[in-house]
Amino acid sequence: MAEPKSNVENDLAVEHEHTTHSEGFYIAIGVVLLILTITTAAVAFVNLGPFNPVVALLIATIKASLVIIFFMHVKGASEKLTSAVVVSGFFFLAILISLSLADYMTRSWR
Amino acid sequence: MEHEAHNPALLHHFADAQQQKNAASLGMWLFLVTEIMFFGGMFCAYLIYRLAHFNAFAAASQQLNIWMGAINTAVLIVSSVTVVLAVKAAEQGKRKLLTGYLVVTVLLGLTFLVVKGFEYKEKFEKHHVPGASFNFTEKFDDNGKQIPVNPKEAELFFSLYFAMTGMHALHMIIGCGLFGTLAVLAWKGHFTPGYFTPIENAGLYWHLVDIIWIYLFPLLYLISRHS
Repeated sequence: MAEPKSNVENDLAVEHEHTTHSEGFYIAIGVVLLILTITTAAVAFVNLGPFNPVVALLIATIKASLVIIFFMHVKGASEKLTSAVVVSGFFFLAILISLSLADYMTRSWR
Repeated sequence: MEHEAHNPALLHHFADAQQQKNAASLGMWLFLVTEIMFFGGMFCAYLIYRLAHFNAFAAASQQLNIWMGAINTAVLIVSSVTVVLAVKAAEQGKRKLLTGYLVVTVLLGLTFLVVKGFEYKEKFEKHHVPGASFNFTEKFDDNGKQIPVNPKEAELFFSLYFAMTGMHALHMIIGCGLFGTLAVLAWKGHFTPGYFTPIENAGLYWHLVDIIWIYLFPLLYLISRHS
């Protein structure tokens, strides 16, 4: 169905149709992020015992995911190489934190 | 003319605009990955010391101003929205709208820094800045039980607090300079619907700085409030 792209449009025309959303959509995501911020601040005053950090970090991860997926357009990233770089970043961060904590959290003799 | 006429924004060593854009995007993401690892090291240090000195870290964390932190989180989220709207406006070739969004982004960034400044001022007044005049007499409020803590361990918390929020604030200052420059370029008509890669990549940087704050806020301000 797509119209053939005119070559006159010049060789700088880059496909954008699938990478950006409407203004209203971005504002809606922003409102969701603000609601999550209010939620996480409010939940901090409720005593959930050991689950306070869990809930706070879960909400933070949801917020970060919304920003990465919809604002940073990783879904629209055309290059597989770029996706590999993004995934490797989080992979090595996970190694850094999980292996360091696996060490420090199991030093029962100290 | 030596060369075939083409759009001046397409550099000679790229086959086409898509390739040029992909190369720029790849380079930007590589940089962002180094940023993730840079801040990741500090997050990791924070988690390790929090486990080692839990009571002192909780007591020190309870001294942070949760409202200033929450307001700053909201300010950054709104600025991230103005950044994506700027990218959208650039894509549609709306020059004035693009400039407007970029200027609003800078203003929100400066708002963040001003609130941060007031927060730091409060820390100086309470002698919670690590160094010779550091003084910490507050106790860890464990659901009403007042537990005294070692001030040296609380000082460690504030060292990490200033290192992490300070590095984040430095990134915000750089971001404000970046977006200020882009606003001037946008006003001069430097960007077209065919070429606005700098706006997109600066936007990626801004969102990453936002994401770092999204994690700093709960880790520093929230998780010890009631636990």
